[in-house]
Amino acid sequence: MLVLAGIAVIVAGFLLRFNPLLVVAVSALVTGLAAGLPATTILAAFGKAFNDNRFVSVIYIVLPVIGLLERHGLQARARTAIARLRGATAGRLLIGYLLLRQLTAALGLTSIAGPAQSVRPLVAPMAQAAAEAQGLAPGDERVAAMAAATDNIGLFFGEDIFIAIGSILLMKGVLEGYGLSIQPLHLSMWAIPTAIAAFLIHALRLWWLDRRIARR
Amino acid sequence: MIGAGFLYGVAGLTFVAFAILSAGDRANPRRWGNAAFYALLATSFLGGDRIGDIGNGVLVIGLVAIAGLGLMGRSARATTDAATRADEAARRGNRLFLPALVIPVTALGGTLLFWAVPGLVDPKQVTLVALSLGVLIALGIGYAWLRPGIATPYAEGVRLMDAVGWAAVLPQMLASLGALFALAGVGGVVGGLAGQAIPTGSLIGAVLAYTIGMAAFTMVMGNAFAAFPVMTAAIGVPLLMRHYGGDPAVVAAIGMLAGFCGTLMTPMAANFNLVPAALLDLKDRYAVIRAQWPTALPLLAVNVALLYWLGFR
Repeated sequence: MLVLAGIAVIVAGFLLRFNPLLVVAVSALVTGLAAGLPATTILAAFGKAFNDNRFVSVIYIVLPVIGLLERHGLQARARTAIARLRGATAGRLLIGYLLLRQLTAALGLTSIAGPAQSVRPLVAPMAQAAAEAQGLAPGDERVAAMAAATDNIGLFFGEDIFIAIGSILLMKGVLEGYGLSIQPLHLSMWAIPTAIAAFLIHALRLWWLDRRIARR
Repeated sequence: MIGAGFLYGVAGLTFVAFAILSAGDRANPRRWGNAAFYALLATSFLGGDRIGDIGNGVLVIGLVAIAGLGLMGRSARATTDAATRADEAARRGNRLFLPALVIPVTALGGTLLFWAVPGLVDPKQVTLVALSLGVLIALGIGYAWLRPGIATPYAEGVRLMDAVGWAAVLPQMLASLGALFALAGVGGVVGGLAGQAIPTGSLIGAVLAYTIGMAAFTMVMGNAFAAFPVMTAAIGVPLLMRHYGGDPAVVAAIGMLAGFCGTLMTPMAANFNLVPAALLDLKDRYAVIRAQWPTALPLLAVNVALLYWLGFR
């Protein structure tokens, strides 16, 4: 029971708005001490895991390219391009992006889009420009936030359809530990109903977003 | 074989450039904090395998100290203004999209190529290697076409990197915390509690405990991968699969997706929820979560229904 103290630290730390890096480090220390581990073991275990997970932070190499293109007008061009498209609304644009993101993720192409690669330079400025043409007040952040949300939802509820993605391999591995042998294809097949539901629910909200903007 | 060494080399050199440019950024009053933070990350990428576990632990403490003491600021480096950008956008037209599109196209083509020709690239890193190649090609095109100064792309990169700031390593920190939780046996304790909370003899009760438990534990851990083995051991296998005879593939697949609904609603999933808000310069750092929960909650309810109807035929 004592090891749950680390979870309490996390929840309290986030609620009290301490620096999250500090909260995570303290939680790791508290959890380790509660489990009776010596401080050096905790430090080494955390250091090893940090080193093993470096691939999570590789994505920032894309920033110089995006920054350079922004300097030369990429976001401005994205806004103009969408303004010229007749009938383009923020909702319709994001519904199209949601579908594209789900389909490509289902093919295993999870890294071709993302907050740094596509949302900041292209999708968010396009959606914002379309929404402002529909009457959204400039400086209203909801549409940009919705662009990032749409990227996440498309990714999460598309990638599990791909048979070689990490989560499928994890499920297969865990179930094998109980003597249950499952084909990856069966796991990915059962991700399809939820993927369809995710598209319908989120597309409905995006359609609603258009109506809400238009009403003002 | 091209693999992690190549990836971490590219990433390490990028952070070396960020560190040097931050150190010379006189417009940022906290430039030394930024420079030290990026230098530590460069050290991690370039030398992480050589400094040992304790060395990496000390490196993490350095990162936490810089962030926790508020030693990082934001670059106020001069960039082009809105009018110049609009001007150049009109002049260069849709060709501006080309370098940005080179990245996904190379990632796609490279992934397919490296699958077709095994032995060239470490199979575990195929997509990331292809993505990095795309970045390098796009950068090459950018240099050749736009003729920026040698450091300009990296100066612009620092501007974006500073907007993310310390949140950049939060995902990696949370993954490491997950490893420590596993070492301390947190999962087993949580699973035991969840197992006790279920009313006996109620299938819908077990389904609700499993799916909502997946979402809730994912919210705490920031990652459905950490929650899955725990909830599977506590409820999935003993109750849903063995006692009620549920189809293991359906129980596992929909349980994982219920966990993903939790990922959409928690600041612990920093790379999906907090980093994008920082990258988009949103004032409310929880704006992305606020945009996501109205999709996540109904979808969680759909997952409960799907598991109940599809899993036990």
